Amino acid sequence: MDYLYDLNTFIPATIAAAAGLVVLMQSVYKVKINTIFGVTVFSLVVALLFALRDLFGPVGTSFYDMVAYGGTAAFGTLLVITGTLFCVLISRDYLEAIDHHYGEVYAMILFATTGMVGLAVSNDLIMLFVGLETMSICLYVLAGLIKEEKTGAESALKYFLLGAFSTGFLLYGIALIYGATGSTNYADITALTDISPLFMAGSALLLVGFFFKISAVPFHMWTPDVYQGTPTTLTAYFATASKAATFVALILVMSRMMPEIEGVGWTQAISVIAIITMILGNLIALVQDNVKRMLAYSSIAHAGYLLVGLAAGTADGYTGVLYYLFAYTVMNIGAFGVIAFYERNQALDFTDVNNYAGLGYKQPVMAVLLSVFLFSLAGIPPFVGFLAKYYVFAAAVNAGHITLAVVGVLTTAASVYYYLRVMVFMYFREPHKEFDLVNPGAIFKYALIVLCVLTVYYGVEPVFPMGSLIELLTSYYTETGPAGMAGP
Amino acid sequence: MIGIDWYLALSAVLFIIGVIGVLIRRNAIVILMCVELMLNSVNISLIAFASHHGDITGQVLVFFVLAVAAAEAVIGLAIILAIFRNNLSIDITKVNLLRW
Repeated sequence: MDYLYDLNTFIPATIAAAAGLVVLMQSVYKVKINTIFGVTVFSLVVALLFALRDLFGPVGTSFYDMVAYGGTAAFGTLLVITGTLFCVLISRDYLEAIDHHYGEVYAMILFATTGMVGLAVSNDLIMLFVGLETMSICLYVLAGLIKEEKTGAESALKYFLLGAFSTGFLLYGIALIYGATGSTNYADITALTDISPLFMAGSALLLVGFFFKISAVPFHMWTPDVYQGTPTTLTAYFATASKAATFVALILVMSRMMPEIEGVGWTQAISVIAIITMILGNLIALVQDNVKRMLAYSSIAHAGYLLVGLAAGTADGYTGVLYYLFAYTVMNIGAFGVIAFYERNQALDFTDVNNYAGLGYKQPVMAVLLSVFLFSLAGIPPFVGFLAKYYVFAAAVNAGHITLAVVGVLTTAASVYYYLRVMVFMYFREPHKEFDLVNPGAIFKYALIVLCVLTVYYGVEPVFPMGSLIELLTSYYTETGPAGMAGP
Repeated sequence: MIGIDWYLALSAVLFIIGVIGVLIRRNAIVILMCVELMLNSVNISLIAFASHHGDITGQVLVFFVLAVAAAEAVIGLAIILAIFRNNLSIDITKVNLLRW
C-alpha cells in the first residue's frame, strides 16, 4: 500500500495528468469544446482543493525520495494550479475570438501543469529534469498555436531552439553533479559534497540552465519575442505558472542541494545576475510601445527582484520569494487578461499602447482592473505587489545585501513610468477614432475580478484562510515547521 | 582498460561541438541536430559516471534523456515545418520579424 500512500502525496499532478488524457481523448472524438473546457476547469478546481489540503499537511518525501510533499513543494503546487486555473478561465473567450479554440490546447495546458508540479516538488535531479522537460515541450507547442502567422511560428521556433539549447546545459550540469557525488538525490548530494571542481562546474551549468528558463538577463533574449508571438492568455501562463514552478525548483535546489557550502560564490554570482536583470529589464521596458513586449521586459525585471530574495539565501529570502511568486502570479495573469480582452476587439491593434487612448471610459470596469494590476506590478501600496517587494528587499537588507536592495528600489521607481504610461493613455488621451468594445463574458470578467480582489486583499491584510500566509511560509524554513522537519 | 577520463573528454568535446554548432549554423535542422548532439554527449558522460560509481541511476537517467530527446525532435521538426510553410526557408536569419 506504500504506492497508494505515495500517490496520495502527489494527487494534484495525478489529477492534472489524468484530466489531460481525458481531454485529449475528448478532443479526438470531437466532444463539444465547452464540455472540454468544463472538464478542464473542474479537474483544476479539484486539484486546487487537494493542493490547499497539502499546504497544511505533513512534510516529507515520497516515491523513493524522488518528490517532496508539504512545505515549499506544496506551496509551489498551489501556485502552479492557481495560475493554470485562472489562465484557463480567461483563455476561452480569447481563443474563440482568434479562432484557435481547440480541445488540444487544454490537453497541452494540463500536461504542462503536470510537468510544472513535478518540477515544483522535485527532490531529485532526475525528477527536476523530467518535470522541466514535460513542461517545456508542452509550452513549445502552445507557443506555436497561431502557426499560420509568421510571428506565431517564429516565437515557437525561438522558444524551442533556445529552450532545447538551455536543456543541454542543464543536463550537462546534472551529469557533472552526478559524477562528482554519485547520486542525484538532493539530500545525498548535500551529504556527500566535498567541493570538487567537477561539482562546481556542474552547479554552474545547472544554474545557467535555470537562468535560461527564468529569463535572467544574459539569457533573456527569447522572452520578449516568445511573449509577443504567443496568444496573450497563454503568454500569461508562460509568464506566471511556468516561472513560478521553475523558481520553486530553484529554491529547492538552492536550499536543499547547495546550502551554504563554504567557499562557493553562488551568492555573488546570483547577486550580479539579479542586478543586471533588474536594470536591463526595466530599462528596455521603458521604450516599448507594444504592451505585450513591455510586460515581457517587466517579467524579466520581476525575475531580477525574485533573484534578490534568492541571493539573500536566508529563510526570510526564500519566504519573500514564495510570497512574491504568489503576488506575481495573481497580478500578472490579471494584467495579461485585461490586455487579452482588449485584443479581442478587432477595431484597432490593441497591442500598441498608442491605441489605448480613451479606453478608460469605454469599459470602465476593465480599465479599473487593468489599473489595479499595473499599480500592483509597479509595487505601489496598498496592493500585493508592494508587500511582496517589501518582503524580498527587507530579506536582502537583513542578509547584508544593501546594494541589491538599493538597486531594486531604484529600478522599481523607474518601472512606475512604463506602467503608468498605459494608464495615462487610457484616461488622459483622446481616442483617434470612434469604436465600441465588445462586452466581456461572465466567466472571464469574474475570474479577473477574483484576481483583483486577491491583489487588493493580500496587499492590505496578508492572511490566509488559516493564519498568516507569511508565517505559514516562514514556518517551512524554521525548526518549527508543520511536521517539525529540520530545514526546508 | 580505457579510463573514465577518455569518456569524459570525448563527451566534453562533443558537447562543445554541439554548442558551437548551435551558435554558428543558420539552418534550423542542423541546429536541431547540434542540440541532439549536446544531449547525446551528456549521455556518454552519464553512462561513464554510472559505470565509474557502479551505480545504476545514471543509466536510468539516460533513458529519460532519450525519451525527452525524441519528444523534442518531434516538436522541433513540426515547428520547423510550420516555419518552412510560412517562409519557404528554414534559414533562421530570415526569421526576424520579432526584435527588440
